[in-house]
Amino acid sequence: MNKWLLYRDSLVQWLIYLAVLAVSTVFVWILIDLVRGGVSHLSWDFLTESPRDAGRSGGIGSILISTLWILMVALIAALPLAWTTAVLLAEFVPAASRFGIAIRFSLQVLAGVPSIVFGLFGNAFFSIYLGMGFSILSGGLTLACMLLPILVSTAEAGLRAVPQSYRLSTAALGMSQTAALVHLLLPAAAPALAAGLLLGIGRAIAETAALIFTSGYVDRTPGSLLDSGRSLALHIYDLSMNVPGGDQPAYASALVLVALLLCINILAMKLSYDLQRRRIIL
Amino acid sequence: MTSNPAQSTQINRCCDNAFTLGPLQTGPACCDPEPVIQVKNLSLQYGTKTALENVTLDIYRGCITALIGPSGCGKTSFLSALNRLIDLIPGCKVQGRILIDGNDIYDAACDVQALRRQIGMVFQKPVPFPLSIRRNIALPLHEHGIKQRAEVEAIIEQVLRDVGLWHEVCDRLDTAAHSLSGGQQQRLCIARALALSPQILLMDEPCSALDPIASGVVEDLISRLRGRYTIVIVTHNLAQARRIANYAAVFWVKERAGELVEFGQCQHIFETPAHELTASYINGIRG
Ligand SMILES: Nc1ncnc2c1ncn2[C@@H]1O[C@H](COP(=O)(O)OP(=O)(O)OP(=O)(O)O)[C@@H](O)[C@H]1O
Ligand SMILES: [Mg+2]
Repeated sequence: MNKWLLYRDSLVQWLIYLAVLAVSTVFVWILIDLVRGGVSHLSWDFLTESPRDAGRSGGIGSILISTLWILMVALIAALPLAWTTAVLLAEFVPAASRFGIAIRFSLQVLAGVPSIVFGLFGNAFFSIYLGMGFSILSGGLTLACMLLPILVSTAEAGLRAVPQSYRLSTAALGMSQTAALVHLLLPAAAPALAAGLLLGIGRAIAETAALIFTSGYVDRTPGSLLDSGRSLALHIYDLSMNVPGGDQPAYASALVLVALLLCINILAMKLSYDLQRRRIIL
Repeated sequence: MTSNPAQSTQINRCCDNAFTLGPLQTGPACCDPEPVIQVKNLSLQYGTKTALENVTLDIYRGCITALIGPSGCGKTSFLSALNRLIDLIPGCKVQGRILIDGNDIYDAACDVQALRRQIGMVFQKPVPFPLSIRRNIALPLHEHGIKQRAEVEAIIEQVLRDVGLWHEVCDRLDTAAHSLSGGQQQRLCIARALALSPQILLMDEPCSALDPIASGVVEDLISRLRGRYTIVIVTHNLAQARRIANYAAVFWVKERAGELVEFGQCQHIFETPAHELTASYINGIRG
């Protein structure tokens, strides 16, 4: 009997290890594949030059710039909206109220909408109805809509994880709710906010479908927010699907994208670890 | 109502010159039987569940009033009603009136922040903010418009001396408050409440998370605050209630709702309890 319990524990342990191994194998495999296919094509010039001949030669300089611009627009539009919504949901609206439930439900639905649908919506609304055309602005705003659910739910979860005793104590000290938020609750939730932000950035720079019909294909360096600009993920898609002989640069671009995502994730982990260890003395 | 001499010497040994509360400059003499808080027919519900039923009670200026009774009889709820902290709990309703200095605190015109500034509260579990020791006390002061650096520093030193923490932390005021021990954290929380110079101090089992020595320090501190503050303290430690309190209120759960069964001078409650529940509670705990 006891022996069986012992065996069962180690069996479960082995199964868990196996699952972890399988997951990491997939990741490492992809990484190796990317490195093998793309590293020979990678150079400083590749990162800085503009693509030539539909991307078969040249680099991804202008693409990186477009990607960055789209990301900036998306974050500037989404962050204030998302974080104020999160504060509203976590601090001012009772969790069980109809209003809170309705907002949370719509955000969940929004989170489940496939990104191509966001793309079509963005095309119809931002590009055509609001007359932004195929532009960085239109693409960035479409991405912003897509990021809202992630940003709101991570920030709300972060705020809810802050102990209720802080709210009671600050209230008992006669401090206003705003003061409590600014000085205690938001700093305490900062790791969650940062993690959500980086998660959002990760989603945004990996996005393709939402951008095809909004920020467009043009691979020149954008001159303004109303110019079209091609994002990195879209560039990879285009190279591998539409450009014969584009495999090498596609691999190299994908390698850059994955490297970026890795950096962002490592940064996210480090940030939340540091903030937690410092116990947020601000 | 003297505190246990053995305990006092012990305290004085572990932190020399711990307490600096001087004689009273202002305020009425200790235990002036003049009600500061008048609770009239207070009932309190969480949603549909009644936690307190029809409590009527006066709390006297400068005195220590102990609330005792079994777990779940509504002592914490009663305290939270006194500074309107229950406003933060969704679905919590009160009926009846609470007058502080003659003003109804559940009146729409009542300035809740000013009210809470006047009423300090110490929770059962210490709640130091995740800030430095200094910021813990300075933050509420800043919020109430006390911003002058010198003034803030002076108040910080004063209240930390009052709670006997100054010697333990004066050289590390900028370290995290979470690095303090449980007892030190609780005293920091008391200091933080005192910094706003409230008139009334509500304490919810302030010693329950502390070891006997730290608990003795806090208890001694509370005794020394008598007269200067009106103190309402919840405690499960009947010996402690007996040592420090002037008045005692016994709560009990009857028909699923907390009620006040007896209120009177502490000595009377303990020596000649009028109510049989009180008698059995006191004797039961004594074993
Ligand atoms: N936030 C809440 N929501 C619903 N019910 C609550 C809430 N807080 C307390 N209660 C209920 O109200 C009653 C009184 O609780 P209260 O915390 O005031 O008791 P207490 O006398 O302080 O007990 P203890 O000595 O264990 O601290 C209990 O039955 C409890 O279940
Ligand atoms: Mg309690």
